[in-house]
Amino acid sequence: MSNRITITAQVNGETVTRDVEPRQSLVDFLRENLELTGSHVGCEHGVCGACTVRMNGEIVRGCLTLAVQADGAEVETVEGLSDTGEIADLQDAFLRLNAIQCGFCSPGMLITAAELLDRNPAPDRTQIREFIAGNYCRCTGYQTIVDAIEAVAKERRG
Amino acid sequence: MKPSPFAYAKPADLAEALRLKADHGDDGTFIAGGQSLVATLNMRLSSPDILIDIGGVTELSGIEVSDGSVRIGALTRHRDLEDSPDIKTHAPLIAEAIAQVAHPAIRNRGTMGGSIAFADPAAELPACILALDGAIEIAGPDGRRKVAAGNFFKGLYDTDLGTGEMITAVEFAADSDDWRTGFDELARRHGDYAMAGLAARLRMDGDSIAEARLVYFAVGDKPMLATGAGGELAGKPLSAETIEAAAASLDSDLEPFDDLHSSAAMKLHLARELTRRVLTKIAGGAQ
Repeated sequence: MSNRITITAQVNGETVTRDVEPRQSLVDFLRENLELTGSHVGCEHGVCGACTVRMNGEIVRGCLTLAVQADGAEVETVEGLSDTGEIADLQDAFLRLNAIQCGFCSPGMLITAAELLDRNPAPDRTQIREFIAGNYCRCTGYQTIVDAIEAVAKERRG
Repeated sequence: MKPSPFAYAKPADLAEALRLKADHGDDGTFIAGGQSLVATLNMRLSSPDILIDIGGVTELSGIEVSDGSVRIGALTRHRDLEDSPDIKTHAPLIAEAIAQVAHPAIRNRGTMGGSIAFADPAAELPACILALDGAIEIAGPDGRRKVAAGNFFKGLYDTDLGTGEMITAVEFAADSDDWRTGFDELARRHGDYAMAGLAARLRMDGDSIAEARLVYFAVGDKPMLATGAGGELAGKPLSAETIEAAAASLDSDLEPFDDLHSSAAMKLHLARELTRRVLTKIAGGAQ
């Protein structure tokens, strides 16, 4: 038994209303129904972090959140955060310091890094590593990712 | 993988949630944060006909401290525990443990009730609630009841919850000044499920230990209260000798089994090492 359910959410500032299957994950909804393919689908069981998006201002796993659970919520993806310029300095540092290799983990890494710096403006390298521990980089480029986040933290503090 | 199809209902209050569960019995599953459940759905380890989303039952959320007791609503998220000054003051064990529960994105959605109900033997919060000698508050078709944590966890993913019941809260006594607590776990990656872990509480009477509650997790089919190790500590000062005696007695307290990442012998070794680390740290902090 499966009935489609109508949901309405604010996605990157735009109100969208769609009929979804209850079993559809939030990340599949974003990618397949809204064509926002910046959020990636990796492990589909909460381990890799590639699907990380923001819901009601906080990062969540897009694969462990159902689209129906986003009804009434505010959802932000890497596309939205790029358009607003909120993570422009992080994106610039990731490029500048070679923290992007294949790019598969990058959207999740950027959104996770944004929440870390929001909650802790002066993290040390251990705290950065612990905070991004839920995001796998399949190129194993962690050193430069930590470098980039550390650099932005310093830049933002001035 | 993608889950099997299921229907979805979002009750507005507890009564409606219980009614829906009564209608569907074992074919209906409650979902709160879904951080364990959705993974099992995606892997098709479970395939309910309907998910009953209690995310809108706001009466189940929140942390209350009154008359020396702490009550944590089932829908209270790990993130809420992490940010709570009340938890830091009155349940420092949970405050210390919560940073090791999964990853930030998961802590933003995972809930206390979900963790307790799922009863993963490697999970942190069931071990903490047992170390705190807490009680689980349960609502069902016949009203509410409370079960001591020691009687709640039955075995591998198995609890005292009956069909039609749900956890509404956990309760325990706020730590008084004579309690010392410590928590640590060993995992392959920070935030992953532990290979072995320890939630420890000691009640001190001057320099000697009046009572010790050492709860080990990921070393059995449920959180394990080590009564032998606790007995070794009772009535003695927290010294290197007593710590070593407690660690040694784990051989009879615990019967770990092999899993993917570690043999039973290795788990026992890690449990002994955690005993030394956690109790030595408590001893240092107490001076």
